Amino acid sequence: MIVDEQVAVDHGLKKDEFKKICDLLKRVPNITELGIFSAMWNEHCSYKSSRLHLKNLPTSGKKVIQGPGENAGVIDIDDDDAIVFKIESHNHPSFIEPYQGAATGVGGIMRDIFTMGARPIANLNSIHFGSPQHKKTKNLLRGVVRGIGGYGNCMGVPTIAGQTNFDESYNGNILVNAMTIGLVKKGKIFYSKAAGLGKPLIYVGSKTGRDGIHGASMASAVFDENIEEKKPTVQVGDPFTEKLLLEACLELMAGDSIIAIQDMGAAGLTSSSIEMASKGGLGIEINLNKVPCREAKMTPYEIMLSESQERMLIVLENGKEEMAKKIFDKWNLDFAVIGKTIKSKKIELYFNEKKVANIPVDILVENAPMYNRKWKKTKLPKRIQIKKEQFKNLKIINVLNKILSSPNVCSKEWIWQQYDHTVMGDTIQKPGGDAGVVRIHGTNKAIAASVDSSAVYCWSHPLSGGKQIVCESWRNLISVGAKPIAITNCLNFGSPENENNMGEFVECVQGLGEASLYLDFPVVSGNVSFYNQTKDIGIKPTPTIGGVGLIKDYKNMITMNLKEIDSLLLVIGKTEGHLDQSLFSRDILNEKNGPPPEINLFNEKNNGETLLRLIEKKYILSAHDVSLGGIITALSKMCIKGKKGAKLKKPNYLINQFEYLFSEDQGRYIIEIDKNNFENVMKILEKNSVYFDELGVVLESDLIIDDKSKVSIDDLIRSHTTWLTNYMSN
Amino acid sequence: MNSSVITFPGSNCDRDMNVALKKFGFKNKMVWHDDIELPKSDLIVLPGGFSYGDYLRCGSMASKSKIMKSVISFAKDGGKVMGICNGFQILVESGLLPGVLLRNKYLDFICKNVFVKVNDKDNFYFNDIKKNILELHIAHNEGSYFCSKEQVKEIDDNNQVALLYSDENGNVNEKDNPNGSIKNIAGIFNKEKNILGMMPHPERMIEPFLSGEDGSIFFENLINNLK
Repeated sequence: MIVDEQVAVDHGLKKDEFKKICDLLKRVPNITELGIFSAMWNEHCSYKSSRLHLKNLPTSGKKVIQGPGENAGVIDIDDDDAIVFKIESHNHPSFIEPYQGAATGVGGIMRDIFTMGARPIANLNSIHFGSPQHKKTKNLLRGVVRGIGGYGNCMGVPTIAGQTNFDESYNGNILVNAMTIGLVKKGKIFYSKAAGLGKPLIYVGSKTGRDGIHGASMASAVFDENIEEKKPTVQVGDPFTEKLLLEACLELMAGDSIIAIQDMGAAGLTSSSIEMASKGGLGIEINLNKVPCREAKMTPYEIMLSESQERMLIVLENGKEEMAKKIFDKWNLDFAVIGKTIKSKKIELYFNEKKVANIPVDILVENAPMYNRKWKKTKLPKRIQIKKEQFKNLKIINVLNKILSSPNVCSKEWIWQQYDHTVMGDTIQKPGGDAGVVRIHGTNKAIAASVDSSAVYCWSHPLSGGKQIVCESWRNLISVGAKPIAITNCLNFGSPENENNMGEFVECVQGLGEASLYLDFPVVSGNVSFYNQTKDIGIKPTPTIGGVGLIKDYKNMITMNLKEIDSLLLVIGKTEGHLDQSLFSRDILNEKNGPPPEINLFNEKNNGETLLRLIEKKYILSAHDVSLGGIITALSKMCIKGKKGAKLKKPNYLINQFEYLFSEDQGRYIIEIDKNNFENVMKILEKNSVYFDELGVVLESDLIIDDKSKVSIDDLIRSHTTWLTNYMSN
Repeated sequence: MNSSVITFPGSNCDRDMNVALKKFGFKNKMVWHDDIELPKSDLIVLPGGFSYGDYLRCGSMASKSKIMKSVISFAKDGGKVMGICNGFQILVESGLLPGVLLRNKYLDFICKNVFVKVNDKDNFYFNDIKKNILELHIAHNEGSYFCSKEQVKEIDDNNQVALLYSDENGNVNEKDNPNGSIKNIAGIFNKEKNILGMMPHPERMIEPFLSGEDGSIFFENLINNLK
C-alpha cells in the first residue's frame, strides 16, 4: 500500500502532522510505520491537547513515591508498604459494546497495577449513562455492570465502591472509568524503563489477534451515525488468562530477573515497546515472526496495532529466559523471546527477514505533537433569586421521597450486588458507604477509597466544579476516618478542538489543581479521555477523581449508619442555603441555571482535619458528608443504613427551611456523638473555629422534621431502594 | 489437624480459605492442581473461584485435572472433602455429589449475605454446631442447585441436604431463595456424609469486621469435630 496524505488522514492524523512525520523521517513512512505513528500520536496516547495543562497539577508530596508518567502512581503507607493506584477510562468501547468495553476497561487498569509489581486489592468504578428514558440506557447499564463484574469477579479482586450517574448529556457517549488499587512492598516496585544493551525482550500472556486494531485511534475521535461499524476496534477480554498472567508475573517478580516491564494496553505492542525504549534512552529490535499470533497471516501492521488483551512485555536479564519460561509454562501462558534492546535508539522491526520499520524513538515520543488549543473561559453564572413562593406548595416529605428515589441518589445495590465485594477477606466497608475500605492483609492498617465526580457543577462553572470534586473525594475519605493521601484523575471531556470544551477542560484542571495543592492531596496518576462527543453534542465535563486515604488502625473506621438512640446529631460546617445547581433546584424546581456552591478551601481543610481529630479521640459514632440533596438527604441515608430515626430542628438562622435542608453548601458533615461527649466535642470544634449546628437526636424509627413533618424509616428505605430494581426489571 | 486446599488455575478463594483454616488451628498446605499426590490430610478443601475460567461448564475442566483423581479416591475411601462455591461445582462435575449447579434464576451474579438453616446435624461437619441458622455470604453466578425428581427423593430420604436458604428465623420459603435452587438447597452431602458441597463462603465471615462471624462458628465446630 502506498502511503500518502489521504492514507494518513484516514488514520486520524492531520495533514500537517503527516508533513511533520515526513520531515522528521526525511522520507515517507511505509504503512506499518504510519500505523505506528497514528497509534503514538493520537490524543489517547500522546496527550497532545492536554499535556500543556496537566503539567500544572501538583504531583509530589511527602507520601508520593511515583507520580504520573509510569503505569500508575505509587504512595507510601508506612512500614514497608506502598499502594499503587490509577483510574482509566474505557468510554468509547463501552458505548459500542458495553460488556466487552467495560470488562476490558477493568482488565486494562488491573494490568497497569500488577505491571508495577503490586497485587490488586480493590477495584472501583465510576459509570455515567444517559437519561433513564433514553432507549439505549437500560441495555448499556446492564452490559456495563455485567462486564465490570464478569472481569473483576473472575480475577478475585473485590469491587469496593463506585458511582453511577444518569444525565441526558451521556445519551450518545457513556462513561466507564475503572480504578484499581494494588499493594506492593516498597523495595519491589517495577518500572517500565528499559536498561542495558542486548537484553532479551520477552512477550508473555495471550496470543495476538486482530481485535482492537486502532482502538486508541477510535477513542480519539467523535462518534457519528456509523458507530456500529467500529465494533471490531473493541477488544475482547479473557479474565481467566489475566488471572493466570497476574499470578505468573508476581511469581517472576519475586526474583530479580526483570529489568523493565510494561503491559500492552492502548496501542498494544507499539506503545509498550516504544515507551520502554524511550524511558531507557535506547532502541528496541523486534522480530515480528516470533510474536505468538492467534490467527494466520497477520501482517506487521496488524501485529503492531492489535490491542489483544492480557499481554505483557518484559526486558529480562540475560540468562534468565529458561527460568522465566518455566513460570509461564506452569501457568499455561505464551512466552516468547521476540527481540532485544539495541544501541541505535530506534525501533527496528523485522518480518520474514526484512526490515519493515525503522523509526528513531525520539521522533515518536519527544517530537509528538503538542497543542496549545484555543479555549474559552466560563464566567461564573449569576445567582438565581429563587422566590420563596415556589416552596409554598411543596411538602418536605414528598420532596424528600422524590429525591431519595431519584436515579442519581437512590440505592445502587442492584449494581454492586453483582460485583464480588468481599473476596480476599479484607473488605471492611462495602459499597454504599462514603468510601470503600479494605484492610492491608495481615496488618492493622486499612485503605479507604472513593470515586467522585460532579458533572453538573463542572458544567455550570468548571473552575468551581474542578475544586469541588477534589474536596468531595477528601470529605468521603475523612468520613470513614481515613487520612487522605493522594488522588488519581480521569478527565472525561468532549472534543478539545472545540474551544468551549477545551475551556471546560482547562478550567476544571485548574480547579482541581488548586484544591489538591491546598489540601496536600496530590495527583499521582490519571488519564484523559477527550472526544466524548457524538457529532456536535459533547458530554457535560466530567472529571472523575479517585481518592485514597489511610486508616492506621482499622478498628477506628467510621461508618455512616446511625448507631445509638438518643445520641446527638451535629452538622459541621456552615449552611448558607445555596440552592443553585442543587438536586432540589434542578429536579424539584426545574431550575437549571445559576452557579454551583462556592468552595472555601480553608474551611474545607479545617473542617475535615478537625473531624479527623474527633475521630481519633473516638468521639464519633457515625459520620457522613453532606453532598447531593443536602442535609436532609444525607441524614436520611444515615437513618436508612442504621435503620434508626431522627428528630431534627432547623437552627434559628434567617434562611428558609427548604434552603437549610436541601442546599448543597460545601465543607459539611453530619456527625453522631454521644450526649455525654457534647461538651468535649464542642470545645474542640470551637477551638478550631469550626462552625457547627445542633441538628437533633437519634430516634427509634421515624424521621421528624421541625415537629411538623414525619415519615417512617421503612418508607424512606422503600423510596431509596426500589427505583433501580424496578427500572431494570421492567 | 492437617488440611489441604487445592489451587486450580483460576481459583481465587484459595488464599482466603488458607487464612481461615489456619486461624482455627489447621495445619494447612496448598496443593497445585497438576500434582498427583495429596499430602497427608484430615480434610481436603476445593476453594471458590473460576477454575479454568468457568469455561465449558463451571467446575467441569477442574474435575478432570490431575489432582482430582487422588481427591476422588481419597473421598471414596471415606476421606473428608469439602467444596465451597466453585469447589461445590467441581464436586458435582466429578460425580462425587449428585445434581448440577445452574445459572442463577435472574441470570445475575449475586454477592450478599444470606441466612442458611442447618438441615442435618447428624454428620461430621455440623454435629454440635452452636447455631442452627447461620448468616453466611454468597458470591456466585451459577448457584442454582438442580437435580431430577428421583434424586431429590433420594437426597431427602438419605438426609443429604446440608443447608437450606432461609430467613433469619429459619423459615424456608421462596422469597429467601436467592438463586432459584430446587427446594432452597444451599449445600448437600454425599450419602456417606464425608463430602460436603455448599455455595456460601464461611471463610469470608470469620471476623466481626468482615461481613459477619458465623463462619467462625462453622470452622470452630469443624476442627472440634475432627479432633
